[in-house]
Order: sequence, then C-alpha cells, then structure tokens
Amino acid sequence: MAKKSKNETNSVRVPVNKTYKLYIGGAFPRTESGRFYSPEVDGVSLGSICLSSRKDLRNAIVAARSAQAGWASRTAYNRSQILYRIAEMLEGRSEQFVAELKSQGLNVARAKKEVASSIDRLIYYAGWCDKYQQIFSSVNPVASSHFNFSVLEPMGVVFVVASEDSPLLGLISAIAPIIASGNSVVALASESKPLSAITLAEVLHTSDLPGGVVNLLTGNAGELVEHAAKHLDLNAIAFDRDNAEQLELIARESAANVKRVRKLCLDWTDVESANPYLIHDYCEVKTTWHPIEKISASGSGY
Amino acid sequence: MSAVSPNEKFETSWDLAPAPESTDHVNLESHYDLFIDGEFRPSKSGNRFASVNPATEETIAEVTEADQADVNVAIKAARKAHDNVWSKMPGAERGKYIYRIARLMQEQARELAVIESMDGGKPIRESRDIDIPLAAAHFFYYAGWADKLNYAFPNRRPTSLGVAGQVIPWNFPLLMAAWKIAPALATGNTVVIKPAETTSLTALKLAEIFQQAELPPGVVNIVTGHGEVGAAIVNHSDVNKVAFTGSTDVGKIIQKSLAGSEKSLTLELGGKAANIVFEDATIDQAVEGIVNGIYFNQGHVCCAGSRLLVQESIHDELVRKLKHRMDSLIVGDPLDKNTDIGAINSSEQLNTIESYIQIGKDEGAQFYQPSCPVPEKGFWCRPSLFTDVAQSNRIGQEEIFGPVLAVQTFRTVAEAIQKANNTPYGLSAGVWTDKGSKIFNLTSQMRAGIVWANTYNKFDPTSPFGGYKESGFGREGGLHGLSAYLKV
Amino acid sequence: MPTTLPSHFPTVDQVGVVERAARFTTRSIKKVAKMQGLRMVLNMIDLTTLEGMDTAGKVKHLCYKARHLHDQVEGLPSVAAVCVYPNFVGLAKKEVSGSEIKVASVATAFPSGNSSLELKLDDVRMAVDQGADEIDMVISRGRFHAGDTQYVFDEIAAVKEACKTARLKVILETGELGTLDNVRKASDIAIAAGADFIKTSTGKIKPAATMPVTLVMLEAIRDHFFATGQMVGMKPAGGISKSKLALHYLIMVKETLGPAWLDNHWFRFGASSLANDVLMQIVKQKTGAYQSADYFSLD
Repeated sequence: MAKKSKNETNSVRVPVNKTYKLYIGGAFPRTESGRFYSPEVDGVSLGSICLSSRKDLRNAIVAARSAQAGWASRTAYNRSQILYRIAEMLEGRSEQFVAELKSQGLNVARAKKEVASSIDRLIYYAGWCDKYQQIFSSVNPVASSHFNFSVLEPMGVVFVVASEDSPLLGLISAIAPIIASGNSVVALASESKPLSAITLAEVLHTSDLPGGVVNLLTGNAGELVEHAAKHLDLNAIAFDRDNAEQLELIARESAANVKRVRKLCLDWTDVESANPYLIHDYCEVKTTWHPIEKISASGSGY
Repeated sequence: MSAVSPNEKFETSWDLAPAPESTDHVNLESHYDLFIDGEFRPSKSGNRFASVNPATEETIAEVTEADQADVNVAIKAARKAHDNVWSKMPGAERGKYIYRIARLMQEQARELAVIESMDGGKPIRESRDIDIPLAAAHFFYYAGWADKLNYAFPNRRPTSLGVAGQVIPWNFPLLMAAWKIAPALATGNTVVIKPAETTSLTALKLAEIFQQAELPPGVVNIVTGHGEVGAAIVNHSDVNKVAFTGSTDVGKIIQKSLAGSEKSLTLELGGKAANIVFEDATIDQAVEGIVNGIYFNQGHVCCAGSRLLVQESIHDELVRKLKHRMDSLIVGDPLDKNTDIGAINSSEQLNTIESYIQIGKDEGAQFYQPSCPVPEKGFWCRPSLFTDVAQSNRIGQEEIFGPVLAVQTFRTVAEAIQKANNTPYGLSAGVWTDKGSKIFNLTSQMRAGIVWANTYNKFDPTSPFGGYKESGFGREGGLHGLSAYLKV
Repeated sequence: MPTTLPSHFPTVDQVGVVERAARFTTRSIKKVAKMQGLRMVLNMIDLTTLEGMDTAGKVKHLCYKARHLHDQVEGLPSVAAVCVYPNFVGLAKKEVSGSEIKVASVATAFPSGNSSLELKLDDVRMAVDQGADEIDMVISRGRFHAGDTQYVFDEIAAVKEACKTARLKVILETGELGTLDNVRKASDIAIAAGADFIKTSTGKIKPAATMPVTLVMLEAIRDHFFATGQMVGMKPAGGISKSKLALHYLIMVKETLGPAWLDNHWFRFGASSLANDVLMQIVKQKTGAYQSADYFSLD
C-alpha cells in the first residue's frame, strides 16, 4: 500500500469489502437461512461466507433443472464458445484469483499454477464440446434392415461436491466436463477455501453461460449430501472429497431414484486427469432404431 | 363325368390344427446340481426346489437351492480362475473359447428353445426365432472383442475388473445369461451367475455347453436358488463387479447394499415405455409394432411398449384395427408353433397381472380382451387393452409386466413428449410417424436409452441396451457394453 | 354408387410390411387344417393361359383340366375359373358349360394398357358379349406415375360400366408401381372406382405377386370394409406355384380380413402351375407317399 502523504491524512480511504454470496439461477442471493461461517487461514478470517441450507440446495436444483434443457439444446459449437469465453474472462482476472488463492493459504507459485491450469482446463474442455460425440458415438451394424446408432446425451442435473484442497482447479476440473455435454450443475465449493468459487461465479456470470447452468453453493458438505442424495430431481452426484463416510451415505441414499454416483478424488494438477471419459461419465447412451427400406436399383425386394 | 364339386363351401373358421414342437430330442435330468469350478456339484445343504412348467403346472426338473457356503465356493473358484487363468490368457485365446460356446449353442438351438419354452412359458416361435439365436449371436459378437479391447477405448489400456456377480430375471432366461456372461468373459472377467428361480434350466444346459467347449474350470459358475442366493453373491466381499437385471425395487436394494464398497455396478431395471403414434404414421405397421411392443413374450419385457400414446384424431381408427389384430392372436401351449402368446411365467405373476386388470377396471378405463380360448391348466392371460386411460391412472404409471396395454391420447407434439417423459422410468420409447424431422425431434426428446422409430422391440448384440433414470445404469450390448466390465 | 377419387392415401413402411408378411409364414398348417386349406386353394385358382401362342387347342385342354383336375382322386373341388384372352372367351365358355367354373378374360390392351380408352372399352365389351363372367383389366401405370390419378380412376370407372354384370378385377401391376405406398394408393383408387377385385399382376412383369404386396392390398380392402361394410375381392397372380406358399397366403387373408374372405367369391389365385403342386400335396396327404410331377397331367 502506498504511503499516505501528509496533506491527505484527513481523507483515509476505507476499502470496500466484498460480500460473499451464493450463485443460483444466474443471481447472487444470500443464503435463505441467514447463516454464515467464517473460515480462517492462519488466524485471519476470510470473511462471512454463506452457510448454505437444504433449501438453498433445493433452490439451486430447481434453477439447474429449469436451465438444463435449454443448455443441452444449444449447439455443441455454442457450448464450446461459451466454455472458451469462461476461460477468457478468467484469464482477464488472473491476478484477482491469484490474490484470493494466496489469501486462502496457497503459496504464490501454487496459486499461479492453479489459475493457469484452470484456464487451460477450460480451453481443453471447450475444445471437446463438439468432439466427444464423435469419439463415443457409434453406428451399430445390426443384423436386420434397420439403421441403428448410439449417441451420448447429458444426464440432466449433477450435484458436485467439489475438491476441498484445490478450490479453483478442482472445481473447474469437475464442472467443465459435466457442462460440456449439456448437463447443469449445482456445486458445493471447498468449505475451507470458498472464495475462488464465489469469484468464479462472477466470471461465469459474464461469460454468456445461461443462468442456472452452473450454481455455486458454499457451506458444509455434511449438512447437504444426504439431502442431495435423497433428492429425486438430481440425476447424478460427483464426489471429490476424501470422506468415505459421506461417500457411502451418498451411494446408499442415491438408490432413492437410481442416481449415478461418481467418485472423483483425482490429482487435478496432473494433465492426464483431464480427459473425455469424464464427459462420458455424465452422459447416457441413447440407441435409436429405424427401418431401412429395401428396394434396390433393380426394383427387386418388395 | 366330372369329378369335381364346384364352389365347395368351406367351414369358414379354418382353425389351425395343433402343431406342437417335438420334445423327443430334449435331454433333461431329473435334477440339477450347482455348476462350480467346471463341474456339477451338489450343494452343501442338499436342498432342492421344483422348476415348474407354467403351461401344465407340472415339475420338469428339480433344481438345487444354493446357500452362502455354496456361493463362497463358487466365488473362490471364480477368483482363482480369474487370477490364474482367464485374465492372463491372451484375448485371442479367450475369444476362441467364446466362439466355441456360440457355435455349440447354435448346434443345440432347438433343444435349448424347447426347454426355454417348457420352463418359462414363452411361445416356441419366440424362443426358436429370437431368444436362442440372439443369445448365440451375443456370444459370437463379444468373442470377437476379446483381442480388440484397446481399440474400443482410445488412449487407454483397459483391464478386467475381476469376479463378476450376476443376477438375471426369468423373462429371457438364456438371452439374459448371454447378455451378462459374454461381455464379462470377453473382457477377462470370471463369473458367478444366478438364474431366476423359475427359469434355471437353460442356464444349466449352458453349463453343459461350457463343459463341451472345455472352458477352463471356474471361469463361469452357475448357482441356482431364490433371492437370498442373489444377495449372497452381490454382497460377497470378493466380488468386484455386480450386474443385475430385474425389478427397480430390487435394483435399489442392491445399489444401497453396495454403498461403501469398491464394487462397480450396472443395473437394468423396469420400464413403462410410451409408444407414440402420430396421425401421419403408417398405421398398419404401427398396429403391428404396438402388438409386438406389448404382447411379445406375454408382456414380460422390461422395455415393453406398455403405454400407447395415440394422437386423438386417429384414436378410434387405430383402436379398431388394434382390436381386430388382437383377435387373430393365438393364446395357448407354448410349444405349439402357432402360439403367439404363451403361458404367464408363474401363478404369482398371473396374480399381479390380474390385480392390475382389476385396478384398471376400478379406475374406470374401458377394458377389452378377445374371446380366444385358453387351456384349462396353466397360467394364462389373454391380450388385454385399456382405453380411456388417464396419465394419473395407476395402470398408466406402474409396470405390470404382462400383456396389458394402456391407451392414452394426445393432441400435439409437445403433449406427446411431455406425457412420454412423465415417468420415473426411462428404458425405452417408440415413435411412429412418416415425417423424418419429427422422428429426429421425438427420438432426441425421449428420455430413454432405446428409442424405436417406426419399429419396436428389436434387439441385436451390436446395439447397446440400457436405461435412463430409474430404469438403471450401464449398457449391455455393442461397444458400449464393454465398459461395464473393464477398468478403463 | 357414386364414387370419387380419394384425396388421402395412407402410407406404408416396407420393412414393417415385410416383417408382418414373414410372420404369417411361421404359421404351421397341419393335418385337417392342411387338407382343408389345400382344397380351398384348388377351389380359388384361376387357371390361366395368357400366351401370344395360345391356340384353340391349348384353351380346350386348359378347360378340360379345370373340370378334371385329377380324376384319380374322388371328390376334389374344381378351380374357380379359367382365365384367357378375349378372343378365346367364347370357346372357353363352351368348354366349361355345365360346370360352375367361371370364364375370366383379360382386357384393356393387356398387359401394357397402352391404348386409347375407346379401344380398351371395345376390348371389354367384346369379352363381355362373348359371355365372360369376369374381366381382368390393367390400370394405366404410365398415367399413374405421371400423377394423373384422376385418369386412372375414371378409366376404371368406365370399364366397370362396360362390364355390365361381369365382375371386374383390376390389375395394378405392382411390379411397375415402384413402392408399397404406390401399391396402397393404386388399391384405394381401384376400390373407389368400383373394382370387385383387386389383383396384383399380369404375370408378365417381375416381381409379380409377393406376400408383402398382397398384404398391403388386403389392408386396403379391410380399411374399405371397415369404412363402408362392403367386401372387395383379392387376387394375387404370378409367382405362386407352391402349395405351401399358397397356404401362407390363406393364413394372411384369414388374419387380415377374416374367414369371410376364405371363399372363391372373394379370393383367387392367378396361377397355372399351382394346381398340380396342390394336387400332389393332397395325394401325399392321402397316401403318405411323396409324389412326382410325372403323375400329374400338365395342361
């Protein structure tokens, strides 16, 4: 901070603190519960963070559900450009993210790496949006006179319990492959390092991503995972925490509507951790049959 | 003189004489042991139960009731076979065993078909023309994958999971065994499988084929019995992979019980598929598709087109044609080559179906059944039709698993899509229209794993099968069916 | 009955039709049903000779065969009709007199149908005047393909009028129609214009009758019956020479239209060599021994 000159002593500028809110349906509400928590790093508080309630979770799922069909119906090219746009916005605000990561306890080198990798990862998945279908689809040579093909379709709404330790890269690495195919997401940010997720919401908000496609919650996973697992309007849950008890709870309660459960826990700094199989993991395979008329050039066959 | 009598008046009904398939070439033992580690072995307990022909209510053979101890032995055999033999064998050699199995099934197809119809009640026309040929084709298809797995998963070197525990239903006994076993073997896994208690016999005949094919001991183990045996398999700590086909209720129990384990799971569960017919459809072929959709295999089909959504403008015409077609269906002896609809698989299932028919009547829907004769002994249900069904009627929402069709109407494309997807299930759907762009819209809007456009109930080993939502997860068949059995 | 050209024609999915047709062939027809079916087939045959080289002698022999299918077996039914060119109608009529065998004649510039309407009507009148019970006309396929369905309709209606009391069979020549959609469309036009029968083929073009084509035509007949309560007859012609196939056709008729059509007033086979194959089967059923063609007269 610059040294104050003497004739400015009477006009000390008070910094404006940011109010950290949730990101639901393209808006920035506070938690409906009115509850907050204050994570600390080395004894310094990161501020008041929304402690999301099950109602916030429900609202986020409603927003995600209503946004999903529209997002899935965007062209792959358009989704690709929007993911690319997110990377552009993130690049422009790199310094802010580095600073925030530092305040959350990462050293400078790791913070810079985290931001750079996050941007690169978005570009990586932006490129996959209009390509994974060609890798995983098939035309199936059935033994009858039918045209038969299988394509991937997004599952719907996915709840992500994002990485605790990698607050930006982990979050982006989990979300990007999910939304690449047209799913919408409700993600629970790192509890101890929630700032990056909230700032990421601002990036998403200015990236042409339709409201509701990604919804970000902050708070305590232990409070929310059971409700998420039992929620009948969620299609899948991705769990990126090292917590066997919570994972088992999710796996058990997800049977309520035969939810798909994915365990992540990858080393997101490894470039190989990004791959199109993660897009496939949040897709359904749909197979379509249609008869092929059999009339040959000789006119025979009918 | 003229030896002819002109314009002979014929008895107009011209009913077909009985044409029963011969059972002479069927070799059935009086009782069957468990198939473990390459040989038939009695259970530790010595308990057995009867496998009943649902068309005659007579016992065909006795089958062994396995228990936890038997399951333990089977899984141990499978583990040993996996670690020491099968997973180490070059894919090309594994493939040759699987090809052998396919060929032997083709050779013994007629016997397998007859047993399938005797044990499960399905018409011989279906077991002969669909179940058995498809089952053999499934082995033949996956045999070829065994040495090509690296090509299926770009940038990956997939490896087997280990021991697969598999539980299959009674509606397509041998075909479901093939759907489960063939991909598991091609990918280097070994298998412990439990057939459904009412239909174990063709799986046990398949065990004889494994012996004839000299499949290494322990690669496939077949343990028979009731639900507890299935539970013992899926909950066993040395099973790496569980594959289940059956009801959504049981699927949920399995999903719950596997929570916290490292086992991978695929589920193929129930359905309540919409079969949507637009006014611009090829109506006569749609009628055939509707019949094939719901009356195939007595409606014991998870992907059955049990909800007919018909555009209101053609409702009356279509229903008239449908009833006319239903009148020509022949219900009766599953072994008669002319039978279209065989026996209901068990008295228990017949009770379920009959209770749903009562529910439909109570709900005020209009009921129709042709007056065709049915045999006195055995479990029978004539093809059944309910019109005037509302989306909120139970017969329009719940899986009946019998030859009962619920007919609803719609007015617009949007309404058809909405009604079709308004269900927790998502296994299959049908769409009938002669307009190409409408087909592509509808097929992509259906939240279901298999969509038949201008056809219904078609199956092929190359074609992935499996559901969305509460119809389960994972795919069986085709390239996509491999990933259920591999670490990718 | 005043009729008009239909404004809408149902469409057909070929693969679905082929599947349905194949399913009829899985019906197993045994014992009593088989014998009864074979007798029906015999009684539904239009025994046919339509050659450029037809002579009075050939027609006489054909008519004798029609009345004496196989005298070695007592109590056989006769065929339904003999089918000849118009110039042999008088002769055929004389040869079958005293029996209930009908005489059918092809007319309307058979087989191409490429002539003026006036000449075609004269063709019909000549056959009718000589006593033809049935007229087998061909539709104008060229006009049909050119989109002039009104002409096709009007022509059939005019021929129907010229037939007076003779029953009119309308040959669609399905082998030249190109699609099953067109088969359905031509069937509906013919039925609306007053056809008593619709018939697949002249026998001069391949493919002639097939089960899928016949099924589409049967469905047109059934739909007309559902709409009006009026029955129309069906005659597949050409390519049906084996009794097993003929029985499958009867199954198809029974399950598509109903048993009321299992009568030679409503269903015919246009065939020449089918009769002997059916006779061989009947004798085989009676004796248990497989038969040889050498024991069955060719006329």
